[in-house]
Amino acid sequence: MRGVETRDWLRDGLRAVGSGLLSIVLAILNIPLFVLFVVSLVLTPVLGLGLAAVPAVTALIRARAELARRLATRSGVSIARPYRPRPERMAPIGWRRYKWIITDPATWRDFAWLLPGAISGLVLGILTLALPAYGIEGIVLLPLWLYLGTDWYGYGVIWPIGSVAEGFLSLPQGIVFLALGLAVAPYVPKVEFLFARLFLAPTRAAELRLRVTQLTVTRADTVDAQAAELRRIERDLHDGAQARLVSLGMTIGLAEELVERDPRAARKLLAEARETSSTALVELRHLVRGIHPPVLAERGLDGAVRALALTVRIPTTIDSDLTGRLETPVESAAYFAIAEALTNVQRHSGATVAYVSIHRVGEALRIEVGDDGHGGADAARGTGLVGMERRLAAFDGTMTVSSPPGGPTIVTMELPCVLSSPRTMLSSGTD
Amino acid sequence: MRVVIAEDHALLRDGLTRILQAFDFEVVAVVGRGPDVLPALLDHKPDVAVLDVRLPPTFTDEGLQAANEVRRRAPGLPILVLSQHVEPLYARELLSDRRGGVGYLLKDRVSDVAQFIDAVRQVAGGGTVMDPEVVAQLLDRSRPLDVLTPREREVLGEMAAGRSNAAIASRLFVTEKAVSKHINNIFTKLGLPPSEDDNRRVLAVLAYLDS
Repeated sequence: MRGVETRDWLRDGLRAVGSGLLSIVLAILNIPLFVLFVVSLVLTPVLGLGLAAVPAVTALIRARAELARRLATRSGVSIARPYRPRPERMAPIGWRRYKWIITDPATWRDFAWLLPGAISGLVLGILTLALPAYGIEGIVLLPLWLYLGTDWYGYGVIWPIGSVAEGFLSLPQGIVFLALGLAVAPYVPKVEFLFARLFLAPTRAAELRLRVTQLTVTRADTVDAQAAELRRIERDLHDGAQARLVSLGMTIGLAEELVERDPRAARKLLAEARETSSTALVELRHLVRGIHPPVLAERGLDGAVRALALTVRIPTTIDSDLTGRLETPVESAAYFAIAEALTNVQRHSGATVAYVSIHRVGEALRIEVGDDGHGGADAARGTGLVGMERRLAAFDGTMTVSSPPGGPTIVTMELPCVLSSPRTMLSSGTD
Repeated sequence: MRVVIAEDHALLRDGLTRILQAFDFEVVAVVGRGPDVLPALLDHKPDVAVLDVRLPPTFTDEGLQAANEVRRRAPGLPILVLSQHVEPLYARELLSDRRGGVGYLLKDRVSDVAQFIDAVRQVAGGGTVMDPEVVAQLLDRSRPLDVLTPREREVLGEMAAGRSNAAIASRLFVTEKAVSKHINNIFTKLGLPPSEDDNRRVLAVLAYLDS
């Protein structure tokens, strides 16, 4: 056990030292980017060359900054993308593109980061490398110095080394330096990225702007989906239950006319009317299930998913710690997402067992639908998965699919239990 | 026979009352709210109760809760639960005490008055009546039922709906002997102990389907 820990510690340390090297290389890269940007800006009045040069250089700078953000996220400092969304239908070169870039504060913040980022990267990168290197020097080069007998040299706290005994003291010192270097190295990038975050993270205004963009998109999706849903319901009612009720009225009316003249025919018509009424009911039941399953209204998410599991062809276990009821829209979104996921399991996975787990994690609802099938589900390809993702997005929910070839497939969904937006519509109780 | 009805929609309440009275049932109490169901049943101790699942004030599953509760307090009190939709989950809860005297039907079935009255009588007599829809949903997802022939599955559905051999025979246009042969095959294939009692038979099958 201890051995494993030591190895982990050593591996982390070595990897961090490697990343120190990377950080130095990347830091040096910042300098030409800085120069290029300044030059391209200066070129703007000159023949309008900047119109092409600035966007090109900015693309490079953004790629560099995005790399820093990704590396930062990997070492636990998450930095969101701050850029304004691209305007639609934008020419590759031109004033609009130039303006889009020049007016985005994130461009200037990236630019402002280039030099301080380079310095911090260099300093911290060198520090990461230097400490272990000095340690190794103390350990490895000792015999050399002893052999050479150079009395002008020293190591660590002893300067210069005057005797063999003092020379041997560099060995433990070297080990301490090396250990210290390896121990500190994993934390150095964190410092670097915390510093970078000051420049590279979106400002509060940018954050809000991004949020507005996201809300606009999800709202448009939601409104579209809702309109389509209403249209479908209208059509189903019009062609289904409504038409059947009309025919029911006609049949009963006819039976009424015939009841004295031809009781046998009247009786037959009444039986027909009853048949029509049951068909209408079956259709309505189907429709209602698609709008808001009654069992969901009656039992909440937990009960409804249990009821669902009983009707799924693959044995499905439910693991849920929900108590009480969630907000109706959340409940409904979660239910339909789970239903869709289970339908996918049934149709495509070839699984023999499936599971659904529903847990509250803080303020969020974390749902997992997994199976032991052959995997290979692709969120980008399956229209069902895309639809699920969109529906969840309306609630700031997220969905991730892990489905390597050979399985297993795990769909993880997260959505906030409490809707963050203040509700502007009065919602009536369910009936 | 004395009946208690729990139903909140005035139209359906009147319809049920009228139908039951037309077949010489004595409707001793009609309640329209969830909290009133349990006291009414415990007070009147009817021969059979007809309950709607969804009742005020919360419009969730008060009727079903009351049914489960009354079966705990007055074991074996015959109850027929009606609903606009059926869920195998609810069927499982109703059947969990394995006592019989339980029915679970879609409200649509009331329109076939003769069959509905038959179901009420069967439940009152301690039988078990499940809506064909419940059976269909369970049949649809149970894998081991692949061993059954289509005809046997049909017989199984009829059986779970609480029908006797004679009734099944007349509905499927076969002889009673053929029906009992099918039933024996079903029980053998599913590895269930044979039983002559209709009610036990239904319970065994439903328990099997629900496993």
